Amino acid sequence: MFQLANERVEKIKSEMQRYETKQSAIIPALYQVQEQYGWVSKEALDFLADLMEIPVAEIREVFTFYTMFNQKPTGKFHLQVCTNISCSMAGGRELTDYICKKLNVKPGDTTADGKFSVSKVECLGSCDTAPVMQNNFEYHENLNEAKIDQIIESLQKLN
Amino acid sequence: MEAKIISEHYNKDEFIGIDGYKKHGGYEQVANAFKMQPKEIIEMVKAAGLRGRGGAGFPTGMKWSFLPDNGEERYLLCNADEGEPGTFKDRKMMERAPHQLIEGMIISGYAVSSHKGYIYVRGEYRHIIELLEKAIKEAYDEGYLGKNIQGSGFDFDLDVYSGAGAYICGEETGMISSLEGFKGQPKLKPPFPAVQGYLKKPTIVNNVETLASVKYILRDGVEAYRKYGTEKSAGTKLFSVSGDVQRPGTYEVPLGYPLKQLIEEECGGLKPGRKLKAVIPGGSSAPILNAEESYKVNMDYESLQSVGSMLGSGAVIVIDDTRCMVDLLDVTLHFYHHESCGQCTPCREGTGWINKIANKIVKGEGRVQDIDLLETVAKNMMGKTICALSDAAAMPTISFVQKFRDEFEFYVREGRSKVKGQTYAQVHG
Repeated sequence: MFQLANERVEKIKSEMQRYETKQSAIIPALYQVQEQYGWVSKEALDFLADLMEIPVAEIREVFTFYTMFNQKPTGKFHLQVCTNISCSMAGGRELTDYICKKLNVKPGDTTADGKFSVSKVECLGSCDTAPVMQNNFEYHENLNEAKIDQIIESLQKLN
Repeated sequence: MEAKIISEHYNKDEFIGIDGYKKHGGYEQVANAFKMQPKEIIEMVKAAGLRGRGGAGFPTGMKWSFLPDNGEERYLLCNADEGEPGTFKDRKMMERAPHQLIEGMIISGYAVSSHKGYIYVRGEYRHIIELLEKAIKEAYDEGYLGKNIQGSGFDFDLDVYSGAGAYICGEETGMISSLEGFKGQPKLKPPFPAVQGYLKKPTIVNNVETLASVKYILRDGVEAYRKYGTEKSAGTKLFSVSGDVQRPGTYEVPLGYPLKQLIEEECGGLKPGRKLKAVIPGGSSAPILNAEESYKVNMDYESLQSVGSMLGSGAVIVIDDTRCMVDLLDVTLHFYHHESCGQCTPCREGTGWINKIANKIVKGEGRVQDIDLLETVAKNMMGKTICALSDAAAMPTISFVQKFRDEFEFYVREGRSKVKGQTYAQVHG
């Protein structure tokens, strides 16, 4: 059952006061849900609509427009590899293949244990340290296969 | 040689916090600004010739003077939705000097008589959002933000807003839609934001680097500012250089700086044994230059325009002779198709079609007429939409095909890359 943590509900209420209109709190509210659940479900959208007193269609419209909001369950560690031009030139696509093979998933998918998701993403604004990926919000730069091995190994140790 | 005006202290960790920032002259220009009338600052920015550093290069002072004098509340928005592929200079600035942006916004806010500012940061830059929030709190605590700043009688509040992954929100009206809590779709202009922007109130949207530059115009004066750059492209500019160079990174050089020198001196040249094939001089939307053009051009608005390209955000992507241009166009077009907001038909459909055609060629399934088709579809996408994203996809397409046609012809004829000798599937699995 969908149950957003109390402090997250309170945070959403304060975001509704923070900006000029409560409409502006939709993006912050979606982040609150996603940080707890890893994605945003239909139940979550209904919950936000009630909480914020905004039509669910308006919340869904925002939710589906922005690529950082996940529309399906996503792993605890979301590895987002940049495959835009500078990163592709530095081997970003081959690294994505390497990660996918290592974790036995396809881009966009999640490992069976729910730990890792792998996505190809567009420019992360770190082209001087290409190839680059984000694990959730954390940047990993100047990547190569050895570094990927280390990162995945250390994440696998975390619960 | 680099001319470090804005980036002078970026190598010092203490410059990130307010104490270290103040040690190096930080916030001194706020007091200086309050000694002047807002209109005098606008005139100074005009005289200095500052132009928007986000991509369009529109004169900043002129943009500011479009605000109607109707007593309505005004907003100052900072565009930190840095998303143009190849661009990372604003990230660098906000990471190394968050207070520099805040000081620039206080001065600019005073100049345009705004009492409320927002910094719209792309969602992926979460660490920067946290850094800015901390810096804003420091500035409030020391009386540089809020009511009656430093006893001047001027009030200015500043806050941060996080995007959530949409390139289109870097377009100023798309950004306004997003900040208002809607899909980040651009709005028809006119009315321009200066007249009717955020919540239909007069709004100024400026790039991070533009706002920070205002501080240095005040500090050094118009003449000193104009010592760098050319008559029409004044001052210094941060360039984000990536791709096939020895030392990619952010470099501050005077506008009008030779591209060849930027590549060979600042960036240490190409990798050993490689030859220059092409340069994308202003982010992936800017028409590509071949090696000959690249070695001749200077990095200012007019020089790049004269060779049919643009300075854009100052994102220089260097491409050497080991690269397949068909492949790079395919990568680029995937981006624009992904990022089209879907509002205007020529863009929504056009970006999809050119992406499909390029992808077909790259897979070795293209026909000879597909090359002309790419160009025709792209040409029909120009100047037909609400914002410039459609043109931004069309411009690289047309320039890649025209300047590297032999590679496209080889690819459709042989079903494999002229450079790599293989098909996309063989290279990328």
